[in-house]
Amino acid sequence: MAKYDFVVAVGGAPGQGIETLGKSLGQICARYGLHVYTYSAYQSLIRGGHTFLTIRISSEPVANHGDEIDLIIALDKNSVEKHIENVRPGGAFIYNEDDAKKQAPDRDDIQLCPIPYKKFSSGIEDRKLQRTALNTCLLGTTLRLVGAEMKVLEEIIIGALLKRKGQEVVDANITVATAGYEHAVENFTQFDAQFEKQEPPLAFVDGNSAMAMGGAAAGVKFYAAYPMSPSTGVLHWMAANARNLNIMVRQCEDEISVINMVIGAAHAGCRAMCATSGGGFALMSEAIGSAAMMEIPIVVINVQRGGPSTGLPTKTEQGDLWQLLGASQGDFPKIIVSPTSIMDGFDTIPELFNLVDKFQCPGMVLSDLTLSMGFTTFEPDSINWQPEIDRGEMITELGETEGEYLRYQITDSGISPRAIPGVPGHVHVVATDDHDEDGGLISDEYTNPHKRRAIMEKRQRKMEGIVKLLPPPTLEGPEDADVTLIGWGSTHGLISEAAQMLNDDGIVTNHIHFKWLYPIDEDVVSEVMANAGRTIIVECNYTGQFARFLRGETGFKADGHIRKYDGEPFMPHHIVDGARELLIGKTELYVPYQEIIV
Amino acid sequence: MAKKERPIKGAPTAQDYKGDVNPDWCPGCGDFTVLNALQHAYAKLGRGNHDHLTVSGIGCSSNLPGFIRTYGMHTLHGRSLAVATGAKFANHELNVVVTGGDGDGYGIGGNHFLHTMRKNVDLLYIVMNNETYGLTIGQASPTTVVGESTKSTPFGNLETPLNPVALAIVSGATFVARAFSSERTHLAELMYEGMQHRGFAFIDVISPCVTWKDEGIYDYWKERVNFLESHDTSDKAAALEQAIKTGHDTQLGLFYHDTNSRSLDQMEPVLENGPMAHQQVGVSPEQGTAIVQRMM
Repeated sequence: MAKYDFVVAVGGAPGQGIETLGKSLGQICARYGLHVYTYSAYQSLIRGGHTFLTIRISSEPVANHGDEIDLIIALDKNSVEKHIENVRPGGAFIYNEDDAKKQAPDRDDIQLCPIPYKKFSSGIEDRKLQRTALNTCLLGTTLRLVGAEMKVLEEIIIGALLKRKGQEVVDANITVATAGYEHAVENFTQFDAQFEKQEPPLAFVDGNSAMAMGGAAAGVKFYAAYPMSPSTGVLHWMAANARNLNIMVRQCEDEISVINMVIGAAHAGCRAMCATSGGGFALMSEAIGSAAMMEIPIVVINVQRGGPSTGLPTKTEQGDLWQLLGASQGDFPKIIVSPTSIMDGFDTIPELFNLVDKFQCPGMVLSDLTLSMGFTTFEPDSINWQPEIDRGEMITELGETEGEYLRYQITDSGISPRAIPGVPGHVHVVATDDHDEDGGLISDEYTNPHKRRAIMEKRQRKMEGIVKLLPPPTLEGPEDADVTLIGWGSTHGLISEAAQMLNDDGIVTNHIHFKWLYPIDEDVVSEVMANAGRTIIVECNYTGQFARFLRGETGFKADGHIRKYDGEPFMPHHIVDGARELLIGKTELYVPYQEIIV
Repeated sequence: MAKKERPIKGAPTAQDYKGDVNPDWCPGCGDFTVLNALQHAYAKLGRGNHDHLTVSGIGCSSNLPGFIRTYGMHTLHGRSLAVATGAKFANHELNVVVTGGDGDGYGIGGNHFLHTMRKNVDLLYIVMNNETYGLTIGQASPTTVVGESTKSTPFGNLETPLNPVALAIVSGATFVARAFSSERTHLAELMYEGMQHRGFAFIDVISPCVTWKDEGIYDYWKERVNFLESHDTSDKAAALEQAIKTGHDTQLGLFYHDTNSRSLDQMEPVLENGPMAHQQVGVSPEQGTAIVQRMM
């Protein structure tokens, strides 16, 4: 079968069930074995405001929301007016005819699909139900246009609503969905490219849930959080699964409490994790250093949103790299990793836990709104629920140590065996003051400079071990390339597609991508860069945080930069356009124009 | 701070809980008696040194875990209660005692103080209240009285002091007491009872600072403190009535003791299978399949 690649977008007001519609369509695709990626442009409001959800459906794995929209579902009047221009020529526009009473949408290069929803829903007595079932009705129409069966939607409606809302709600939704579907059979033309079933059926997940699932698989027993967009999905998954998986979930008074509780739980022997966004992370800063000083392994997820300050609570950015690099005073060992896809978020958590347990230091995950709140499909069997769990040199029972126990024993690796409270024979104090091998405060000895130097060097020696274990950046595409696109974290799928588009256009392009950001090995980076052509660093911030970091750590200076900081994620053509302009020497910095305004 | 666990022969004594490092407090500081009382309370509880975790923040009094022979955490300024809560949940079989000062607990740590009480976490929290920031050489603290001149209030403090005992009674603490460091036996007994209480136990200890307060600070307090008499500790309103007495009518003793409410760890189903630190971890293949099934 030819490659199927189709983009549906849904516009409406929050509270109109856009997420539900997106989830239902995503699940239908997943049952067809089709791959999905979604991006939701939304506002920080519960009612009022506007949401625009983009759902890209493909016969192959897909990792960004694409360049064009084939079909738009408009759930309210505002969306009819606002988004009529966003459909590609030849596409379709589905809307409630009552929302276009005064002014009918005016485009003759697309298929207009007005739905007489009032008529279809006249049998529903409950006014609220009548209002909220519009999304299901228009989804019915959509399914007909893309060639999906009504039966699958019926199954999903029953699965989602029967237990929670009862038979009446299920019946009403199925009635209007069927009416929407049948109306399309009689009145509208189907798209040429139609849904075709593929094996295997897929599952559908968002980035925050994937990281939470990764935490559960890694053996997290303690999860704490303070709600903050766009990281709250991790808390919600953990809370919903806490009883079933025997994980303790605590909502705290602030992020300072969150991370300090996590440190306490980790010290007493549990794998412990928390997630927040930039502002919450700023509050956690001091404690990050304390975990490093007391040598307690913790994992902190920072889901970036637009900054500075309260910034753009519901928009994306890669603007917190320097915050993580500089979090907390003084020098200390730490690890920073930035997952490259939603499902990589799942794998990253256990990988990072093994590292922080081995090296007894804080580990930070740098996600962003695009990755955390995006949804993707995955093969159910591809998930590794039993990743290797290596707790490192941890003493949990009496009799493991010979002779005197020194909590911060000076070793070649810098790693000192860690006894957890409750183990007989290993009583000790951990302190945020600097201390000697035995935990004695150095300042109490009139700041003994030799002891301070020895313990500082012991802690920092751990960095040498860490850097050796971190996988190098990946190189994809031809070795001798004219252009090398360099990215980090969530933009992997986007840059891959842009590189492919450039190659298709005859510009030989490869792609270097960084997942493990800190510590970074200069030699390893130089080796990878040996395969680079004209280098362009792609990132979602104003100052080129990664470009500056890479130059500072390795001396590497890129030829050009593509940056975006308007809150919306890149689309593949933004990168392609930028690469062209940079190639002809028009500019060293390309900032794409965001065409779709939500 | 070498403080190896020595085998305890017979019933433990306060000496068994003495650390190898001598306290670095100023001679005459009230904290010496608090430390001594805590060693007696640990001994009376009769468990091994390794069964206790003593957690502190930052400040003169927060140096205490170094002077005692138990597991210890000397955490960030103001964060001891949050760290202690995490540790208690990871292993609720530990006897977790939190110590610190008034700046640490009522100032920078005030938010955690409120919410740890509200959550009724099973901890004993001992605040050595000297009404000053001692380690930063004598500024006004949240409990400094109106009119007092300090390094940060050279023309007299304008701000109303916090009443930690009254605050604790209305904030959900289930064991609320005030003690005076000069009354060591009384203090040790309250600590022992506080350790045995399942829930958040709080003792505000008047622990005079001999360096940043005027000479005669002990006499000042001896004139002002009175032991609670014929008071019903189960009566919250009566407890509050006693707690708001200040100055020459300052009351010492157990104000409020709620023996009915359950502590947070008692209500957590996750802890029914024993301490989390010793539980099985991860996701079984069956659990994993069920989770993915719900995503299809």
